Amino acid sequence: MSNIYDYTCFILLLPLLTFLLPGLFGKKFPRISGILGTTSMLIVTVLAYLTAYHYFITDAPAEGYYWPYGSRWPYLVLAKFTWLRFNAALSLDMGIALDPLSVMMLVVVSTVSLMVHLYSTGYMKGEERYSTYFSFLSLFTFSMLGLVVASNIFQIYIFWELVGVSSFLLIGFYFDKPSAVAAAKKAFIVTRFADLGFLCGILILSFYSGSLDFRVIIERMSSSSSAFYSFAAGASFLGVSALTWALVLIFAGGAGKSAMFPLHIWLPDAMEGPTPVSALIHAATMVVAGVFLVARLFPVFCMSHAAMDVVAYTGAASALIAALIACTQTDIKRVLAYSTMSQIGYMMFSLGISGYGGEKGLGYSAALFHLFTHAMFKALLFLCAGAVIHAVHSNEIKDMGGLKKPMPFTSIAFFFACLAISGIPSLSGFYSKEEILTAAFHRNKIIFCTGLLTAGITSFYMFRLYFSIFWNNKNKSGIKTHMAASITIPLFILTVATIEAGHIPFGKYVSSDGLPLHSDTDIRLSAAAIIISGIGILTAAFLYLKERTLPGRISAKAGIVYRFIAGKLYIDELYLLITKKVVFNLISAPAAWVDRNIVDGGMNLLGAAAENVSETIRPVQSGKIRNYALWFLAGTILISLFLIYVIR
Amino acid sequence: MNEIPLHLVLFVSTTLFFTGAYGFLTRRNMITMLMAIELMLNSVNINFLAFNKYLFPGKAEGVFFTIFIITIAAAEASVAIAIIINLYRKFRTIDAENTDSLKF
Repeated sequence: MSNIYDYTCFILLLPLLTFLLPGLFGKKFPRISGILGTTSMLIVTVLAYLTAYHYFITDAPAEGYYWPYGSRWPYLVLAKFTWLRFNAALSLDMGIALDPLSVMMLVVVSTVSLMVHLYSTGYMKGEERYSTYFSFLSLFTFSMLGLVVASNIFQIYIFWELVGVSSFLLIGFYFDKPSAVAAAKKAFIVTRFADLGFLCGILILSFYSGSLDFRVIIERMSSSSSAFYSFAAGASFLGVSALTWALVLIFAGGAGKSAMFPLHIWLPDAMEGPTPVSALIHAATMVVAGVFLVARLFPVFCMSHAAMDVVAYTGAASALIAALIACTQTDIKRVLAYSTMSQIGYMMFSLGISGYGGEKGLGYSAALFHLFTHAMFKALLFLCAGAVIHAVHSNEIKDMGGLKKPMPFTSIAFFFACLAISGIPSLSGFYSKEEILTAAFHRNKIIFCTGLLTAGITSFYMFRLYFSIFWNNKNKSGIKTHMAASITIPLFILTVATIEAGHIPFGKYVSSDGLPLHSDTDIRLSAAAIIISGIGILTAAFLYLKERTLPGRISAKAGIVYRFIAGKLYIDELYLLITKKVVFNLISAPAAWVDRNIVDGGMNLLGAAAENVSETIRPVQSGKIRNYALWFLAGTILISLFLIYVIR
Repeated sequence: MNEIPLHLVLFVSTTLFFTGAYGFLTRRNMITMLMAIELMLNSVNINFLAFNKYLFPGKAEGVFFTIFIITIAAAEASVAIAIIINLYRKFRTIDAENTDSLKF
């Protein structure tokens, strides 16, 4: 079957190639790998845009499968092949699935990745492991693109782990720094722990639906009249249906990758990686994989209210907690990391409160719309932060201030990104956040209030950051900056995207049931959100525009509460306590004792017995040939006597 | 002419065999031990021929076996002598008591 989407395969093949080539031969041609990676990324981006253009705009006729019936957008599977075949009913297929969700993600991932590649050619210049860096970056892009187009839940799991590996490699890129190594290890272990849940969820879900293919799973599981659904919903474990268990476990995997509370502890530490990596992986693309996963299985999630509630409340709690912690952090990348977590919490609760189809599905569209706009402005924020860190050589807010003069361009870009994340009208973040809040208002008032409060805190800490970096005191260190074109171009493009991305009629393309969704936002809701954000911005301006002692005095007044939040709610310490005191003492220590004394002891006993026996019978082999002959003769005679007199 | 009874022939061969066994166990010179082995082989040959003649007079399998054993004994003797020569080169003796280094 040949159709116009044949070129889409190259979207996956090119990054794989640019992972292998510089990875294998990069040492000899260090300069080329950056150009090679960026060029191939450019081609990939063009192809992704072409795919989106064909898919959304021209409605190119294709042999497609329309789901749900009457949906406007076909579900296409390209380049499908059977990778592993167990029996006639069970086989692992690989393929490239195109539907509105994956096409949208292709655009997001390739755009941000291209910007980061371009930025990295300037930012990482002179780095010793330059080509290794680009090789890893390509590996990440390859796995992320593979993840979003996966047609099969097992394929998504494979790419999910690949994404985890490349994230690990890039966080630990400066492997001579102990903190980076620790951060990489932490990220890997925490997400692996969550992936265990994901794997169990996959197994349960595929057991009950009898398939690993997304299309089949969704078809069989999302109608309450289907036999598969009643089988899964009927079986129960600990009073909760098997379907809910499967979905909650799958969500646990997504929450690990998306840094949802309480599995978020790895994300702030992951900022040890190079800043462009933070922009690409830990802000714009990889961390939204959890949102993507829930969105991918959304029709199934809709069938379990309990699972949806878990998603919604986890999201809301993460959004609020992360926003609170972000106010107290002094490392600018950590502030951005917590802000990422908070925004992903937004997307999660928006998915969690959404219903299926029509107006009720607003939350779904809104979540993905926010994913789209957030990718743009968060990448921009991180790249600006990278430029600032490059100039100041520090991550700490206290080393910055007054950078408006020496870095006017970065300052403007950062300003727009802050406006966007605060939800100021006509910038992209406004539209997506409005939709989320509208959806929440109609479905769940508690979550709506949390979201509104978080919006205010968000604008407060973002502008705290902005004023502290670019205004505040005089430029102490007399910084002179030279910004290479490779750094300014991505900033410029992302600024444009940040401003304009909100004007895309997103609901028309991506909605829960494939039908165009027209959202009309309530003007009163918008006004409430804008006022809350405005209060946040004004408070930040009041406290941080000029250098004042007031913030310090306020935090001193708040005392224990402030310390509790600044200590990140002591969740890291809690985990350490649990792992060190409970797990190590109660589980690992007895297990180690059993291993050392019973398992090893048993083996040693066998060895000692064998040694003793052989020591005893050793003298039999004397080396004296006539001895042997005598034994031989005696044995022969004995056997002969035995044969003659006993057996006859 | 009266035939010699079978048990007399077997008596001869048994005597021959245990003479060989006794020689093998008591002699220390390897050449002598080899000769003892030849005695034992020959006692077996006599057994084969005797049983062939007295129990299955019309057949010749026993004779064939005897011929095989004689052939193999010749080959075995040459191999054994080669081993003895090598032992002599290494130990400067062909006394079986002193060549006992092949052990635990």
